[in-house]
Amino acid sequence: MRLLLRGHAPRWLTPALVVAAALGTFILTAGPIRLAGANPGSAYDFYLLRPLSSTYTFLEVLLAATPLLFTGLAVLLAFRAGFYNIGAEGQFIAGAIAAAVVATGLPDLPPPLALPLGLGVGVVAGSLWGLVPALLRVRLGVDEVVTTLLLNPVALLLLQGLLNGPLRNPTTQFPESARIGSGYELAPILTGHRLHWGFVLAVLVALALWLVLSRTGIGLTLRAAGLNPRAAQFSGISVGRTLLGAALSSAGLAGLGGAVQVMGLQRRLTGEVSTGFGYTGIVVATLAALSVPAAIAVATLLADIVVGAEMANRVLQLPPQMGRVVTATLLLSAVSLMLLRRYRVTFPALRRRRARAPSSAGDPS
Amino acid sequence: MTEEADSTPPLLSLSGIRKTFGDLVANDGIDLTVRAGEVHAVLGENGAGKTTLMRIIYGLTVPDDGVMQVDGVPVMVRSPKDALACGIGMVTQHFALVRPMTVLENILLSSLPLGPVSTEEPRLRIAELSAQLGSPFDPDAVVGTLSVGEQQRVEIVKALYQGARALILDEPTAVLVPQECSALFKSLRRLTDDGIGVLFVSHKLHEVKAISDRVSVLRHGRVVTTVPTETASTGELAELLVGRAVSGVSRAVLRPDDEGSVGATLIAAERADDRSSLAAARPNGEVLLRISALTVPGSGAKPRLDGIHLDVGGGEILGLAGVSGNGQRELADVLSGVLEPSSGSVTLGGVELAGAGPARIVQAGLGRLPEDRHGVVVEDLSVEDNLILENVNSFRRGPFLDRGAIRRHAERLIEQFSIKAAPTDPVGGLSGGNMQKVLLARVFERDPQAIVVAQPTRGLDVGASEFVHKQLLRRRSLGAAILLISEDLDEVLALSDRIAVIVEGRIMGVVSASVVSRGQLGLLMSGTPLAELSA
Amino acid sequence: MNVVALIAATLVTATPLLYATIGEIITERSGILNLGIEGTMYAGAFGGFIVTANTGSPLLGLLAAVVTGMLAGGLMGLLTVTLGVNQHVAGIGTTLLLIGASEFSNRLLFGGGSLTQTAKFALLFTGVPVLEMYLLTMLGLAVVAPLAWWLLRSTGLGLRLRAVGENPEAADAAGISVERTRYVALVIGGALMAVGGAFLTLAVLGTFTLNITNGRGWVAIALVIFARWRIWPAVASALLFAVVDAAQLQLAITPTFAHVPRELMIALPYLAVIIALAVAGRGLRYPGAYLKPYRRT
Repeated sequence: MRLLLRGHAPRWLTPALVVAAALGTFILTAGPIRLAGANPGSAYDFYLLRPLSSTYTFLEVLLAATPLLFTGLAVLLAFRAGFYNIGAEGQFIAGAIAAAVVATGLPDLPPPLALPLGLGVGVVAGSLWGLVPALLRVRLGVDEVVTTLLLNPVALLLLQGLLNGPLRNPTTQFPESARIGSGYELAPILTGHRLHWGFVLAVLVALALWLVLSRTGIGLTLRAAGLNPRAAQFSGISVGRTLLGAALSSAGLAGLGGAVQVMGLQRRLTGEVSTGFGYTGIVVATLAALSVPAAIAVATLLADIVVGAEMANRVLQLPPQMGRVVTATLLLSAVSLMLLRRYRVTFPALRRRRARAPSSAGDPS
Repeated sequence: MTEEADSTPPLLSLSGIRKTFGDLVANDGIDLTVRAGEVHAVLGENGAGKTTLMRIIYGLTVPDDGVMQVDGVPVMVRSPKDALACGIGMVTQHFALVRPMTVLENILLSSLPLGPVSTEEPRLRIAELSAQLGSPFDPDAVVGTLSVGEQQRVEIVKALYQGARALILDEPTAVLVPQECSALFKSLRRLTDDGIGVLFVSHKLHEVKAISDRVSVLRHGRVVTTVPTETASTGELAELLVGRAVSGVSRAVLRPDDEGSVGATLIAAERADDRSSLAAARPNGEVLLRISALTVPGSGAKPRLDGIHLDVGGGEILGLAGVSGNGQRELADVLSGVLEPSSGSVTLGGVELAGAGPARIVQAGLGRLPEDRHGVVVEDLSVEDNLILENVNSFRRGPFLDRGAIRRHAERLIEQFSIKAAPTDPVGGLSGGNMQKVLLARVFERDPQAIVVAQPTRGLDVGASEFVHKQLLRRRSLGAAILLISEDLDEVLALSDRIAVIVEGRIMGVVSASVVSRGQLGLLMSGTPLAELSA
Repeated sequence: MNVVALIAATLVTATPLLYATIGEIITERSGILNLGIEGTMYAGAFGGFIVTANTGSPLLGLLAAVVTGMLAGGLMGLLTVTLGVNQHVAGIGTTLLLIGASEFSNRLLFGGGSLTQTAKFALLFTGVPVLEMYLLTMLGLAVVAPLAWWLLRSTGLGLRLRAVGENPEAADAAGISVERTRYVALVIGGALMAVGGAFLTLAVLGTFTLNITNGRGWVAIALVIFARWRIWPAVASALLFAVVDAAQLQLAITPTFAHVPRELMIALPYLAVIIALAVAGRGLRYPGAYLKPYRRT
């Protein structure tokens, strides 16, 4: 089997590949689901449809989608500019920590001050967490993959250190912070449900990012710098500055996600503020092929699977970890299949055999 | 082609080798032989199909058609491994060496066992082979620390170690300083004395004259001639190499667009032989673009650009002719603002631009059309976006891009430059000609005072080439100063008012296009000083 | 401070890192950054545990871990070598998949809650200072590390692997199959990473817990760079990391250092690598073909 570069892919190919990736995921995961004693069909009914069928679960899906939106958009922005930010996880945690520190340290601020302050320090902390890798890349050419990645466990350790030390809950002595000041709380959108205004903020951020990327000069130069840095430089675009800006904004977005998670859902800082949202953000951005509208859909889909996996666990006794397996399988089959947009698969051995069949006379050796 | 009857079959023989890439015919039925103990030179310009031919012989490219024989036995070479097994070795222009590894490790690469590697015997053999070349080297030296000449010898020893009896050398002198060249030639002579056959690929006439026993001239993917080297004069070879006026470009076709009188005199003077005026060409109009003492250092002692002086007047085209790799690319890069010179100046209308970034250069009114089109457009972006990439800020309304204006801008240019594409098509999907038109449109619509353009028609079909030429002439008549860097002599002769020749980063001379002959340019390009031509 | 206990603790902490780092060096020297390392260690830990739990033999468990690691390496090969998928995405995806699959199977087989204790490797030379260690530790230091060093330095496979990682074009021109060589590197590397993970279940704990590798894979990625892709410096960095880790446990109970947060100590190696990267800057020499898929044109 060989892969040959192709010129341009036909229009029907991308949707066809999405369908193929979904089918592939279903087939690959059907076996393990059966092993768990469940019917793959009904499992996927839970993963995809059931959560959307009641208001309560639907709102839970949107709630679960909120952090994924922030990290997904963060990764998307960075990847668009050609900055491989694998560190959204750490930046998310940094944002969460900063918001919690402010919100427990100055608990009495009224909402008009508290909300922008909490969210703002989240953005700043996320950016700061991304600053060193960004500078190292732009100034010294140090590969950002490893540096951003390595700061993830550092952020987690910082979080644990703070929860075991200065931020430890003074009353319960649990390794979690005190409750944040009420002025910092992002209120539920509907009473009786957990979905909070952070989701609306995420959607607004997505909208803004979409506008910037597709409608402004900054977006155009950013895409040009990411797609072909040499050509961008030739056209007079300052690629270094563009990259730095994109990297810091990306990290800031992830940090904002962390602040929102603390102020909207958890209301305090815990060791489990992120369950790998930063890494899942990479899945979101990649599956969305770096498109903002697609990222909203993908984040919702992955959240759907998360909520569905919990429901399937309760009803079908199907372990909820299956949701993560489905997500990872979907990612890997999608990125594999998406290569077909750039490459054609040929089987030279087959073709040679066929070519040889009619006349073998002129064939040397 | 007839091969004189010989009792022993040639070491290597090719017949009817053909390879196409899409519409491009790279090799069009090539016949070639290499005998044991001879140096057979293949002479050809860039794009003549030399590289493809070499890759085919070495198994890196599979031909569409044709037969290759070793010692008269047909062989099928589908990979370098096959080639080596047949006794064919190659030294490419970019050495296939792993720089952080030692000489010994590099040489052993192609004949490795899986398990432990014994080094006693190879060491002796390498010492023997390098002595045979006349320059022993340390097998434990790290390749990255060796000079280019030494690395080349490692490559040759590597090929011999693997049992090569036919040795292909692709532009072996391109990277060498003169002293290293003569050492290389001595080594090659020693090898042929031992019965090795050498296929020596080059575009440098004097070298081919100096080293080869036979020479084949390759042009447009065909072998134009194969002759014993001693029977061919340098002048004849120069003419064969650059070809006589061939397809596509001819002044008669092009000039009507321009002011009639100028064209007429140029055509009339086509092969004038007024040698006294050869050295006295000066720009006609007021000098707009002035390049002086421009120097760009190289990796070794030899600079890439060595104190270049060029003046380009308004309303003239100054052609820069030369064999590829003599500093043209560096000059274009400096003028484009992507390479900083170590010294010297570039002024446009008195404004200093040397070392300025692309943004300032474009602002100053210098239009740039470099040879590597793919490195200048963003292929995944649309035509309309690429058209504004040098000028994004002029298409804003508030914080947003004015999509309407961008669309109108694109539609106007698409019509004006007859680009066959919709504004929203990704540029990567366009043909070479249309991509070049997009670039022309982007540069020309800003009315640049001066234009630097490199290999503007490389890879384009006849129609697109003609369009590009017409556009350049139009700019000339509008008063722009144009520096045309091209390896296509036909193109240079057809368009230029004056022609400068660059060799090894230096200007050999500037001559009037109306008086210089093709053969004379060929000689200049191969390094003959201007003074010798006039004598 | 109890020096004997410190050395013993160091060796235990160093062992999984030792295997994982050597495994990652082998894959990176061939030009592939394997971010699947964390998942491979996790799957190795789980695979080893599950087989040991069913057979009672830690040796069979180790074998299972090796096979698991080889399969994980093969998956990375399919994605990055054959298909040419972006290496970061493929690696992160592989890690997510393997962790998810391990936890899923764990939940399926053990219902998650109960901690099944299995047979495990015994300590050798119990009570003898310095020599008190597990067989796997001894093998790692005395056999695997020298063997890996020798493999990379003086064997045909090692030379091919380095050539492919530095200059795939040159390797190809020399008749070396870039694809096959990278697969071999990934499979060997994967096996070593999985053994590193299995050490946790088969030697240290005798059981499997969630989050068992706890980012050790990422530590290994850091150590590889710290050691500049060389085996002996990698062994030294793994030991150094382990000493710091073991020392901070000891220090935590001494009054002077009681207020230095443990987490800061654990974070040190990561920060050290980032500082080293910043200092080395452009001087740091990555393998020539790092992150670059190879396709003959």
